[in-house]
Amino acid sequence: MSTATVSTLKGARLPKWSPYAIAGGSVGLAIAIGLAAGLDSRVQWGLIAAILFIVGTYGIAARVEGKRQAKDRIATSLVWVAFLLAVIPLVSLVWVTVVRGIKVLDLYFLTHSMGVVADTEPGGGIYHAIIGSLEQVGLATLIAAPVGVLTAIYLVEYGRGKLSKAITFFVDVMTGIPSIVAGLFILSLMLQFEMQPFGFAGSLALAILMMPVVVRSTEEMLKLVPNELREASLALGVPKWRTILKVVLPTSIGGITTGIMLAVARIAGETAPVLLLVFGNPFINTNPFEGAQSSLPLYIYQQYANSAGSGAAYDRAWAASLTLIAFVMILNLVARGIARWKAPKTGR
Amino acid sequence: MAKRIDVSGLTAYYGSHKAIEDISMTVEPRSVTAFIGPSGCGKSTFLRTLNRMHEVTPGGRVEGKVMLDDEDLYGTGIDPVSVRREVGMVFQRPNPFPTMSIFDNVAAGLRLNGSYKKSELAEVVEKSLKGANLWNEVKDRLNKPGSGLSGGQQQRLCIARAIAVEPKVLLMDEPCSALDPISTLAIEDLIGELKERFTIVIVTHNMQQAARVSDRTAFFNLAAVGQPGKLIEIDETERIFSNPSVQATEDYISGRFG
Repeated sequence: MSTATVSTLKGARLPKWSPYAIAGGSVGLAIAIGLAAGLDSRVQWGLIAAILFIVGTYGIAARVEGKRQAKDRIATSLVWVAFLLAVIPLVSLVWVTVVRGIKVLDLYFLTHSMGVVADTEPGGGIYHAIIGSLEQVGLATLIAAPVGVLTAIYLVEYGRGKLSKAITFFVDVMTGIPSIVAGLFILSLMLQFEMQPFGFAGSLALAILMMPVVVRSTEEMLKLVPNELREASLALGVPKWRTILKVVLPTSIGGITTGIMLAVARIAGETAPVLLLVFGNPFINTNPFEGAQSSLPLYIYQQYANSAGSGAAYDRAWAASLTLIAFVMILNLVARGIARWKAPKTGR
Repeated sequence: MAKRIDVSGLTAYYGSHKAIEDISMTVEPRSVTAFIGPSGCGKSTFLRTLNRMHEVTPGGRVEGKVMLDDEDLYGTGIDPVSVRREVGMVFQRPNPFPTMSIFDNVAAGLRLNGSYKKSELAEVVEKSLKGANLWNEVKDRLNKPGSGLSGGQQQRLCIARAIAVEPKVLLMDEPCSALDPISTLAIEDLIGELKERFTIVIVTHNMQQAARVSDRTAFFNLAAVGQPGKLIEIDETERIFSNPSVQATEDYISGRFG
């Protein structure tokens, strides 16, 4: 066959710039419709543009490329829309927090307490809240991380039968415990022994919240370790506990650390149990075992609640929020760093 | 130091499922014994009962006797961990420890058992890698991760790791099935050398391989899917491949079956 034949594999394609062109066209048309019909809501304009874009894309693509490609383009657009919808609140939250929080956030703010400053006046800082947060979250982690990791090791490596099923069930139930309930649980114990609020009580409640998260994530990480590695170690005559300690845990340590850090990030923002159990304190109290303390989320809440409309208190609340977000983000970065550093090595 | 294995009346279960039934055989020291047979006939299961790895699988249990020289591996008071130090194992897929360097992989058995002198460690690693014909290829990068080696090298690394703890018996579960012909040849040569020092049992799907490397060959078969696997016969490899005493063996070897 010397004559050119029509390829059955090639079809007509819209040019690469067509989505942008269609988007531009539909926005322009939407503005025109909006102005002509006298609609003042920009949201309406946006919706009209979106509908025009989808209908236009489908119509043009169906005509030029065929129905399947048209559906593909619609699906692609919907995925993009979902992505944007998810990103917009996230970005705007970070943006607002940064813009409002940066106002009073400086070294003075980070190194001074609210001890002699009334909540309605400018000045003061969050040093006492940072100390409280670090101590409470640190102690909670010291309790919850070992217990959680060991529970996960039991469930994955040893647990068979009813006991492990029961533990799995209760861990699932614990994941859903509202933080205020964990706080009330510890509070009831405190009242039993007639104790005053103190930092460690908050740590206990936070540990209750953290434990199931650690168990769940560690369990998943341990399950990812190939069984062949366990067998290889056992076949060398290595006892099971040493196999777990020297082969299974090192292989999964990156993921386990990430899980723990995420759990820490989760409890670092808890307010309710801290409010109940640690009570809040404008003065610096470095002893978590005696006397009321503050913490960052609690500080944010109290600055807002006690502000009496004072702008200074709002600024401090925003700055504290920014500090809290930064703290959680640094934790996440550290977790990623550890995960990368400890990840099983490849390459030659 | 190689030891003889004497199996009598061995039956293994997974939960309530009987995987192999009533197997008796003798594995001679300083020789290579090959297990052949169709998939699912229990060769690997039987191999794993020889160093008590079978019971690591949930629900796995064993009846019968496995004598290592004059000790019953399933006797009372026998520690499976000690059994596995005497009876080493190489697996189908190379499985070096991903967190460890080449050196640490070979040293793993000694280190994790806690029974070593620091000064001897380097010596043992070198000796084992030489024993596995891998020393020349990796001596300049002992601190690099073991997972960076090729498949064949990884498998030889696993063999080096297994022989570093000086077992009496070495079990190999299809050690070449994931490897190319050249790596396979390297491992087969290695098996020939290792049998001077160890008792070797190898499971293989490759009948030419069994004919090449083994002194004795055992043929396993199962009556039907779901039925337990049984030992059909065990004999000198030459006999099995030229003049087997059971018709099923001849059918399997000549390809008229399965």
